[in-house]
Amino acid sequence: MNDLIHKGAWELSQLMTGGQVSSQEVTTACLERIAQVEPAVAAFLHVDAERALELARRVDQRRADGQELGPLAGVPVALKDAFAYAGAPTTCGSLILRDWIPPYNATVTQRLLDAGLVILGKTNLDEFAMGSSTENSAFGPTHNPWDLERVPGGSGGGSAASLVAFETPLAIGSDTGGSIRQPASVTGTVGVKPTYGGSSRYGLVAMASSLDQPGPCARSVLDAALLHQVIAGWDPKDSTSIDAPVPDVVAAAQRFDLAGLKVGVVEELGGEGYAAGVEQRFAEAVALLEAGGAEVRQVSCPHFPLALGAYYLIMPSEVSSNLARFDAVRYGWRVDDDGDHSVEQVMRRSRGAGFGAEAKRRIILGTYALSSGYYDAYYGSAQKTRTLIIEDFAAAFEQVDVLVSPATPTTAFKLGERVDDPLAMYKADLCTIPSNLAGNAAASFPIGLSPQDGLPVGLQVMAPPLADDRLYRVGAALERALEEQWSGPLWAELARREERP
Amino acid sequence: MALSRDDVAKLADLARLELTETELERLVGQLDLILTAVDSVSQAATAEVAPTSHALALVNVMRDDVVTASLPREAVLAMAPAVEDGRFRVPRILGESA
Repeated sequence: MNDLIHKGAWELSQLMTGGQVSSQEVTTACLERIAQVEPAVAAFLHVDAERALELARRVDQRRADGQELGPLAGVPVALKDAFAYAGAPTTCGSLILRDWIPPYNATVTQRLLDAGLVILGKTNLDEFAMGSSTENSAFGPTHNPWDLERVPGGSGGGSAASLVAFETPLAIGSDTGGSIRQPASVTGTVGVKPTYGGSSRYGLVAMASSLDQPGPCARSVLDAALLHQVIAGWDPKDSTSIDAPVPDVVAAAQRFDLAGLKVGVVEELGGEGYAAGVEQRFAEAVALLEAGGAEVRQVSCPHFPLALGAYYLIMPSEVSSNLARFDAVRYGWRVDDDGDHSVEQVMRRSRGAGFGAEAKRRIILGTYALSSGYYDAYYGSAQKTRTLIIEDFAAAFEQVDVLVSPATPTTAFKLGERVDDPLAMYKADLCTIPSNLAGNAAASFPIGLSPQDGLPVGLQVMAPPLADDRLYRVGAALERALEEQWSGPLWAELARREERP
Repeated sequence: MALSRDDVAKLADLARLELTETELERLVGQLDLILTAVDSVSQAATAEVAPTSHALALVNVMRDDVVTASLPREAVLAMAPAVEDGRFRVPRILGESA
């Protein structure tokens, strides 16, 4: 377990700075690991090996030249395939974009490159980031390294799985209703959704623009904070990005102190529908927070039970509008362009052939919710419910500094188990959706394996807008307390299993 | 309210989305279930509650009116489904009924 592939970003950074290892060695180790485990895990849609090695070589050269480099220079990272990376396929898990290679970089991609990170490739996701299992990917599902028969969560299952398959120490995700946090929860990794507007959406293929938010994924809290610091901050190319300083998340991740922090347990996120093993680990983690000096109390957010309904009207409405751009005119897959069919017929057929079942379901649902005569009853009511959710958060944050809940009601479910039951699939995001509707910061941290099935459980922390640092303060203290109990990180169990004959 | 097969076909038409008969049938049943499940939003949505379209207070963002570099034409056309004479080629637009 002392291989390069098991080391975190911060440790690799120190080894590289100290000259004990080169970025090329680290990158090669990751690429070899990818080649070894991809047949079973399928976390990547595209491995950008040649360019990754070239990026690594350049960082090593700059370091040898004595140039000042950022803390993550030379550290490998995997990029969710919803972010544009010039020269690499960017499919969004959809047939309609299967041959698309963007001519530009997303702001997140550009910031990774500017900070000297080594992009290993593009990770699998549910089509256009719509799903909670990666089973909606047109290119097949990703498997959860804890149990290959189970889902890695979604939509960012590829990014989350790649971390505990030890293919990369860092990954980028995007979170619209839980697509960073729910996969983090079911893979035992750290996933953070920054405050809406805290990181740029420029070049992130849009799903629901008022909800989408890029964020960091890692195996440890400090690594996630370091990656957060690289990608976050104002971007003139995204009119919804916030022109304010990024909170010092790295300092917060090194504080390890909860004294006086007021923590609210959300009463509505528990009980019926929640697995007993999830609730047990959650209660134990809350007790640890209390033992660490936090003041814990119950807090009611009475409108949270309506969040799922509001989300499944607002999100498809925005989806139906955003996916209208895939018209087979300027880019994307075009079918039946044979001279006999008009542009509109080609458009219908291309969209019919290019979109998968979930994308179609959401386009139709959104078209209905926005249609004349039903707008007030559906979209209008959902927008009002969104106001009530925001008010619940505001009232709660007058009493406490952060809110906590399980990150998802159950552990990883089996591949295929929920594919034909959209409503069961949607419920995986029950706990994560409120923070997307309200735009506040939220994260999932690993808190152990469920005694029921031995699968990872995550704790969600929710903080007020622009108080992202509080997520890391809680996460770091929790991580330290748990690692003392376990004599190491949760993921070490996976590495041990592999070493056993 | 229950959606009929024709309703869903009409919505697909509005969304410029070709669906097979099987897809239509399946969607009718699923959309009904989903709409029933989301109906709870109407409970809380009273007249006094103001709607929220965005979590942030949005302001219009203007940039300085200066020319900046744009993508070269070849880069933009490289990913087009069809190109002719340095432009996007599209299927015929007129004569829809033909």
